[in-house]
Amino acid sequence: MGQLIALIQAAVVFGTVIMFGAVGEIVTEKAGNLNLGVPGIMYLGGICGLMGAFYYEMANPEPSAFMCILIAMLCAFLASMAGGLIFSFLTITLRANQNVTGLTLTIFAGGFANFFGGSLNKLAGGVGQINVAATSAAFRKTPAFFANMGDVGVLLSAFGFMVYLALIIAILMNWFLNKTSVGLNLRAVGESPATADAAGINVTRYKYLATCIGAGISGLGGLYYVMDYTKGTWDSDGGIERLGWLAVALVIFTTWKPKRSIWGSYLFGMLFWLYFYIPGLTRSSQEIFKMLPYLVTVIVLIVVSMRRSRDDQPPAHLGLPYFREER
Amino acid sequence: MKVESKEPLFRISKRGAMARGKAWGIRLIAVALSLVVCAFIIFAIVKMNPLKVYGAMFEGAFSTSKRTWVTIRDTMMLLCIAVGLAPAFKMKFWNIGAEGQILMGGIAAAACMIYIGNKLPLVPMLLVMAICSLIAGGIWGLIPGLFKAKWNTNETLFTLMMNYIAIQITSFFVAKWENPFGSNTVGIINARNQAGWFPSLFGQAYALNVIIVMLLAVGMYLYLNYSKQGYEIAVVGESENTARYAAIDVKKVIVRTMGISGALCGIAGFIAVAGASHTISTSTAGGRGFTAIIVCWLAKFNSFVMVLIAALLVFFEKGAIEIASRYNLNDYVSNMITGIILFFILGSEFFINYKVKIRGSKEETK
Repeated sequence: MGQLIALIQAAVVFGTVIMFGAVGEIVTEKAGNLNLGVPGIMYLGGICGLMGAFYYEMANPEPSAFMCILIAMLCAFLASMAGGLIFSFLTITLRANQNVTGLTLTIFAGGFANFFGGSLNKLAGGVGQINVAATSAAFRKTPAFFANMGDVGVLLSAFGFMVYLALIIAILMNWFLNKTSVGLNLRAVGESPATADAAGINVTRYKYLATCIGAGISGLGGLYYVMDYTKGTWDSDGGIERLGWLAVALVIFTTWKPKRSIWGSYLFGMLFWLYFYIPGLTRSSQEIFKMLPYLVTVIVLIVVSMRRSRDDQPPAHLGLPYFREER
Repeated sequence: MKVESKEPLFRISKRGAMARGKAWGIRLIAVALSLVVCAFIIFAIVKMNPLKVYGAMFEGAFSTSKRTWVTIRDTMMLLCIAVGLAPAFKMKFWNIGAEGQILMGGIAAAACMIYIGNKLPLVPMLLVMAICSLIAGGIWGLIPGLFKAKWNTNETLFTLMMNYIAIQITSFFVAKWENPFGSNTVGIINARNQAGWFPSLFGQAYALNVIIVMLLAVGMYLYLNYSKQGYEIAVVGESENTARYAAIDVKKVIVRTMGISGALCGIAGFIAVAGASHTISTSTAGGRGFTAIIVCWLAKFNSFVMVLIAALLVFFEKGAIEIASRYNLNDYVSNMITGIILFFILGSEFFINYKVKIRGSKEETK
């Protein structure tokens, strides 16, 4: 039982990172923009949240937990939105190819984040690696009110607040895309921008907003990774990039439905950590096990393409530019 | 009721074909602008005189003959991958999986070096390695190609996932072949007898890399522009329906082209292992599979333009690494700079394809 709980806890932490990434990307893709810059945007969110917290902690010897969280989240969200804005400007206004632009964004932001992650402390005159202990502690503070509920309580109270925030955002976005008129308009833009345009929907504005806000949500995944997964330090081993691509994969896995990303992301987390709980694996055969999340995504991809169910299809205009004069 | 409509601030209309010289002029302006932006960023970080920055970059890439050859070697590597990607992208098949195809080719080459070692003379040895890499990379490309042809499975995500599967396979072999024990790296393979290493030609260690890649680049140019198969790729890329109407077997073309694309990326892995690093690790591809996509796309699949773009990007990579090392900073800054330059070139395409008219300006006279 203890092992199972440990596995579930590890899976939830892992899953939360990609849940943010995937839910943000679903919003973006529903507007018809295939943003392959998700890993880059998560990088931006992670590093800028870290930088904000770093400068705040440097200026205040006794940082307040509330301000730590506020500054880190604000920096992460705004920086990720800026990443989304670069993507939007290039693809929507300048009509550059979405895939190429997204990949470029990932290259750029990966360089940006790893550069500052590795050098920031040195640039600010410090020694050793960057570390924001107070902010990370604030992010990892676990809620107390599940405490006396036995095993379930132990499980529920093991996480920082962002785990619950991810759930709330996923549910909220599910409601927004399915039940509100703005959400339905957004989906119309992704399905058929020409029809949406004729119906008086401002296609450009919807695409810009969906991409930027989606990027902001994705970026929070990067922040959570930095504050919780790596405990307020920077690790330039490309972990965010791997998870970012998994978030893109999760979007397919959920067939563009935010509510499915909840169990989908935890399932990915379980698959990822499974090798840790299987006895008798050598160091090399572990690596084969770590393939599971990717393998499962491939299988889902194939099954979805074979079934061709109408419910599970991507937005019809995904990845294509819209130019009113070109019909 | 009278409806008042305001003229928008910018009016955008599609341009006809632009003269080649003018189009290149616009691209050059974009590169120049990106350099200005990069210089400011470097200045903001290290307070180095922006003009000196480019001097230092040049030194980083070309100051000694060894550095020049490393720059050439890396340009060839990037070019090789871009050449491999060209047929797939011309067919509008988004092969994001070059990283994985390179790794599989690299593993095959490394396996030959480890298990065959000194048992074969050099030339047949290199041929065996090349063929193994070709097959390994080809299979890695064929798998998503087959599913695309049969069920129209989304290739962008399929090839992307294949990268990570390849990375895990590489980790598996790295752990299996590690040397010395416990280092979690393979180390230099056959360091003593140099079995399976590229020989130096004309006194240059990397001359063979250049020869192979240039042959591939010219070959790909001819294949895409002057062969029947190249024509079929172009038609499928433009419109699958047209291709079907012209009695082209679309499925066959997709599978064949992806096999070729993967195989050439596998060759890139072979060159990376046998002709450059003489080892294998999960960073053997090192993101170049993604950069090459952009090289290939911006060059519009033309091998000769790819040489230029690849050289430009590698020059900036080397230059940025030089600056970073002078100031004791890490070399990820090169990715940042590459990204900025690419953003500008991507954006410049708009001004080549579209005309922008500002409100109130006079109608252009033809």
